[in-house]
Amino acid sequence: MLKSLLVVALVAAIAWLGASAGLGSLFGVVLPYVAIAVFLGGVVWRMVYWAKSPVPFAIPTTGGQEKSLDWIKQAKWDCPDTKWGVVKRMILEVFLFRSLFRNMHAEMKPNDAVNGGPRLVYYSSKWLWVFALLFHYCFFLVFFRHFRFFMEPVPACVGFFEMLDGMFQIGAPRFYMTGGLLFCAVLFLLLRRLANPRVRYISLFQDYFPLWLIMGIAGSGICMRYFTKTDITQVKAYIMGLVQFHPISAAGIDPVFFMHVALVSVLLAYFPFSKLTHMAGVFFSPTRNLPCDTRRTRHENPWNPEKNFLTYPEYEDMYREAMADAGLPLDKPLEKKSGE
Amino acid sequence: MYNKTAVIAGIVAFLVICSSPFWCGFSSDSYKKPEIVTQKDKNKECVEDVAFMRAEHMQLLNEWRDQALRNGSRVYVNAKGKKFDISLQNTCLKCHNNYEEFCDKCHKTNNVEPYCWTCHILPKGSK
Repeated sequence: MLKSLLVVALVAAIAWLGASAGLGSLFGVVLPYVAIAVFLGGVVWRMVYWAKSPVPFAIPTTGGQEKSLDWIKQAKWDCPDTKWGVVKRMILEVFLFRSLFRNMHAEMKPNDAVNGGPRLVYYSSKWLWVFALLFHYCFFLVFFRHFRFFMEPVPACVGFFEMLDGMFQIGAPRFYMTGGLLFCAVLFLLLRRLANPRVRYISLFQDYFPLWLIMGIAGSGICMRYFTKTDITQVKAYIMGLVQFHPISAAGIDPVFFMHVALVSVLLAYFPFSKLTHMAGVFFSPTRNLPCDTRRTRHENPWNPEKNFLTYPEYEDMYREAMADAGLPLDKPLEKKSGE
Repeated sequence: MYNKTAVIAGIVAFLVICSSPFWCGFSSDSYKKPEIVTQKDKNKECVEDVAFMRAEHMQLLNEWRDQALRNGSRVYVNAKGKKFDISLQNTCLKCHNNYEEFCDKCHKTNNVEPYCWTCHILPKGSK
């Protein structure tokens, strides 16, 4: 936990000091270009790698009844048996995180009135689901708002979301709710790992690292917008220079900006090789993308060896005449030749 | 590769969406930082220096509004100790009277919509 914090702090400090020392072009030009290339290439490599991996078994693990006999009610949302049903389940998974909605929590109640003693209670804890939704949607909106720096003219929908986001018109520059909520949601996701002993036990460096990184990104962004300030007209000119492949000088931009860019670059470059690839991975999960029709259709294991056995119909085809002569019963009777 | 069509469609969609700013950057003219017309009289000094005004003018205006309308004090003392009358119409817009060339240029390119003009009347030379 502390190690990952240290790494993030180190990245931020190096970028900040480097930019202060006049190495802005390294952290503001080379690093973002490399990071974007690694991100795009890495995610495509991941997708191809997963697409090449065979799925030996149909494993659509679900929390509901598979389609069975007519009088047994099928859990249509959880256990779809058609392609369209799988698409619906996937859309709900991607946009509403349905599997997190079922986040099972076990708790020992020491003095239960019903049992007259200790009792184990299971329930679905919704906090993870709520904060995961909040985190992902806020992050998306924050990212989407940044398109005002990447595009000229700025698309109208960016303005619309900015208007909604800054609806309360608190202060100037207007306070954006998503920025604050993003920070709170990341804080919750971090505290969850620290406060719950069972989750803490299974948490590793690679679980804390992205959380610290995103916290650093959100923090430096909030800092730049509301506290330390920077000349955003110059920032836009600088970013448009990157977008149009003729970078301009980094002079006149606050070092915090380069710290922000460096942290985002590290996140992008880290993305394809970490758990963050669940963005692409969710579509490749056999438990989510296979229809639950295992009782109806046979799932062929792609690495099954070449068939070197005879099926009974093939056997009968080979020996039909001999079998008929011997008076053995046949599935498909021997056709009598005409004229005999 | 399994499910070739779906996977390739996904990869193409991913690449197109993620690189969209670059494509849009290619198709449009090279971006130029907007040149603003500051004021007619070059000898006059603004309430604070240029770097401060560039980064913090919105916060300053917000503070001025609170100070003038909520606290009723209309005197601003700047970093050099000089006193100014707190007023958008009579202090700021006296010199910066070209709304389109001064305010609007940067606000438009950065997609900023200040809510000054929900109370104040837009200066002349605007739409």
